[in-house]
Amino acid sequence: MKKIYSSLPLVFFFILTIFFFRQLILKEDPSELPSVLIDKSLPIIKLEKLAEYKLFNRENLLLLKEPSLINVWSSWCAPCKIEHEFLLAMSAEYNIKIFGINYKDDKKDAINVLKSSGNPFYAIGRDEDGIQSINLGVYGVPETFIIDANGNIRYRHVGPILEYDMKNTILPILNSIK
Amino acid sequence: MIIELGHYCLALVLTISFFQFMIPALGVRFNSNSLMKSSFITAYLSFTLILLSFFSLVYAYVTSDFSVSLVAKNSHSLKPLIYKISGVWGNHEGSLLLWVLILTFYSAAVALLGRKLPLKLISLVLSCQGLIASAFISFILFTSNPFIRLFFPEVEGEGFNPILQDFGLAIHPPFLYLGYVGLSVTFSFSIAALLVGKVDTIWVKWVRPWTLIAWVFLTIGIALGSWWAYRELGWGGWWFWDPVENASFMPWLAATALLHSSIVAEKRDTLKAWTILLAIVAFSFSLLGTFIVRSGVLISVHSFASDPSRGLYILMLLIFFTGGALLLFAKKASHLKSGSLFQPLSREGALVINNIIFASAAATVLLGTLYPIFIDAINNSKVSVGPPYFEAVFIPLMVPAILLCAFSPMLSWKRAKLENIMERIVAVFLCSIILTSILVFIYNGSASAFLGVFLGFWLILGTIYEFIMKVGTKISFKKFINRSLNLPRSAYGMSLAHIGVAIFVIGVTVSSAWRIDIEQPITIGDKVIINNIELNFLSVNNVNGPNWIAERGVFEVLQKDKNNEFLYPERRFYPASQVNTSEPAIMSNYIFDLYIVLGESINNNKSYTLRVYYSPFLNWIWLGIICMALGGILSLTDRKHRLGYTTKINSANVNK
Repeated sequence: MKKIYSSLPLVFFFILTIFFFRQLILKEDPSELPSVLIDKSLPIIKLEKLAEYKLFNRENLLLLKEPSLINVWSSWCAPCKIEHEFLLAMSAEYNIKIFGINYKDDKKDAINVLKSSGNPFYAIGRDEDGIQSINLGVYGVPETFIIDANGNIRYRHVGPILEYDMKNTILPILNSIK
Repeated sequence: MIIELGHYCLALVLTISFFQFMIPALGVRFNSNSLMKSSFITAYLSFTLILLSFFSLVYAYVTSDFSVSLVAKNSHSLKPLIYKISGVWGNHEGSLLLWVLILTFYSAAVALLGRKLPLKLISLVLSCQGLIASAFISFILFTSNPFIRLFFPEVEGEGFNPILQDFGLAIHPPFLYLGYVGLSVTFSFSIAALLVGKVDTIWVKWVRPWTLIAWVFLTIGIALGSWWAYRELGWGGWWFWDPVENASFMPWLAATALLHSSIVAEKRDTLKAWTILLAIVAFSFSLLGTFIVRSGVLISVHSFASDPSRGLYILMLLIFFTGGALLLFAKKASHLKSGSLFQPLSREGALVINNIIFASAAATVLLGTLYPIFIDAINNSKVSVGPPYFEAVFIPLMVPAILLCAFSPMLSWKRAKLENIMERIVAVFLCSIILTSILVFIYNGSASAFLGVFLGFWLILGTIYEFIMKVGTKISFKKFINRSLNLPRSAYGMSLAHIGVAIFVIGVTVSSAWRIDIEQPITIGDKVIINNIELNFLSVNNVNGPNWIAERGVFEVLQKDKNNEFLYPERRFYPASQVNTSEPAIMSNYIFDLYIVLGESINNNKSYTLRVYYSPFLNWIWLGIICMALGGILSLTDRKHRLGYTTKINSANVNK
């Protein structure tokens, strides 16, 4: 075996470690990505309409003048399914307006989920290639943002909202900014 | 007191394992047999002391000694005994101690079985194992010490994540680590071979069974984790392509490749540098997995609490071991005598293609897992890579692997003639196409379902056909039985493992292609019908468990011509950690799995959200994996794959 070939693995590994170092040193804990947008106004996001559902755009969120949630979800995302029932509960029992961003999803699958498991969303928009969600700083699905009455982002929740998160984080924050 | 003793033992082993690294290395340098021989004693001693240390921690958990910080943080006095014990490795610190325990166990086993190996080789192996052990023990002692006492002892522990209180998960880490760490043995053997500068038969004869043993444990370990995810996470899926799952899957892919390349190295005396590289890569994936799980560089559903200083330490370990090994490889591999070139159409040719596929598969999973890190570094945006990516790239890679798997055992070594096996391939192909067509026609399946079922049949029929041809045709039935009984166990092992793959493929395909999901609100007295099975929601009772209280739904399951059965999905509440969990109820048999989850109650406990999943053949997934693992075990019992292989000639050369 030629020597140059046998040093290829070393070179690859070396490049890999550079990325690891960067990630370790720059981003100390990615699960607490401090959203740069916290306490700033909601950025402009342009979403597409999903079937007959009311389209989510920045204007109809700002017109509400009450605290609301933005939930980024996908039909292929398992934690979203777990979260779904709590979104339903929040919209039905606590009358919270939830704006949905359907992230990198198939239209049919998305509609299917809403038809079969219920629709917790006040308005919804499709982000087919995931680029609009990047404006929000979305790392993965599901993610949820709390928006106050003035349209500022107040809190960011990474991962599914379970019962515990709903009762101990989301609802208290929503109450505190009412 | 016992905790302090355990702490002391651990600190002592740091020194001993450093000696295990240093003394034999000096012995090799100065050609001193007595220095080299010391590695045996240090290996046994390390294992004994770590065992003591480990049991002292188990003791603290069992007696609920909340003056130990780790126990206070992760345990609770009301927890059932088995979960108190499994709690030892249910956290970062304790799981590392288990990791080191298994590492020293393997070192001791290698020392015990390798007494007759060339002294230079075995002492280099043990020296390398000693270096790994001292690196990890210092990691435990300096950043993640499980034996720290609390200044003010707690009265009660904080509990343990209830979703982790499951039998499958309790035994999942030991199996997984037996796999991960088992790969350290082949890694050390590779380092030793590179240092000695020679890869001989005895080296290959050792690497193959030790890879096999690590592979078997890794297979079982991953399956247990997946089985837990299926029963506990409550949405009927069993594989999520989550970074932590991928972290265990990459070493498995590398080990599978290694398993096959070592056959070529053994039979044909070639592909040695590649085999060494695979052994290094396989263990490096284990280390990488450790890094991903414990450093927090990637978001995962089930990573340990992360701490950047720990991440940095593990990254240093990774760089030291993988970087060092690859550097050694770059310097020495070109000196290894490579065997003759071979024909593409031959058994070894097919095995090389298998290796290329598995290496690409591992690279694909690596790329998908680390992609968020790369993108973040390159254009500072955040992406997540989900199942769509993995399904789109992984499945097309596995299709040729399975196609190849059915007939490559029919090829002969060196040079095979396609005419000789063409007839069989065509026969198997036609049979499987016909069988698949009938099934897919009756049950109305999609193209991907057709492909999956076809691959399953193809592999089963091909393997059985190959097995029959190996025994011999045109002989009497009695002779056939006699001959097949005389076949080596490794032949049975291979066939069983390949059939396991086929069963697995069928399980995966059928359970996803014909799965039926129902999600709807339900009130007591309501009825749900799913694929001719009637589900009656009878009542909800309150029940108390050892450390939880639950609402238990009672569902009557009615099937045609069968007795009625009952399913009891629960919504549990764990007061210690203030967490609610859903316990799915699963009715499981060889035809289908019926999986029901009782969700959140709506309208003041009158109705509930109900999720029902009907997955046909889901059990075939587990059955397939069991067959693969059993195939591996069967091969291990083959006499030529003994873990402590030596030959007379080689034992005569001990002191050479």
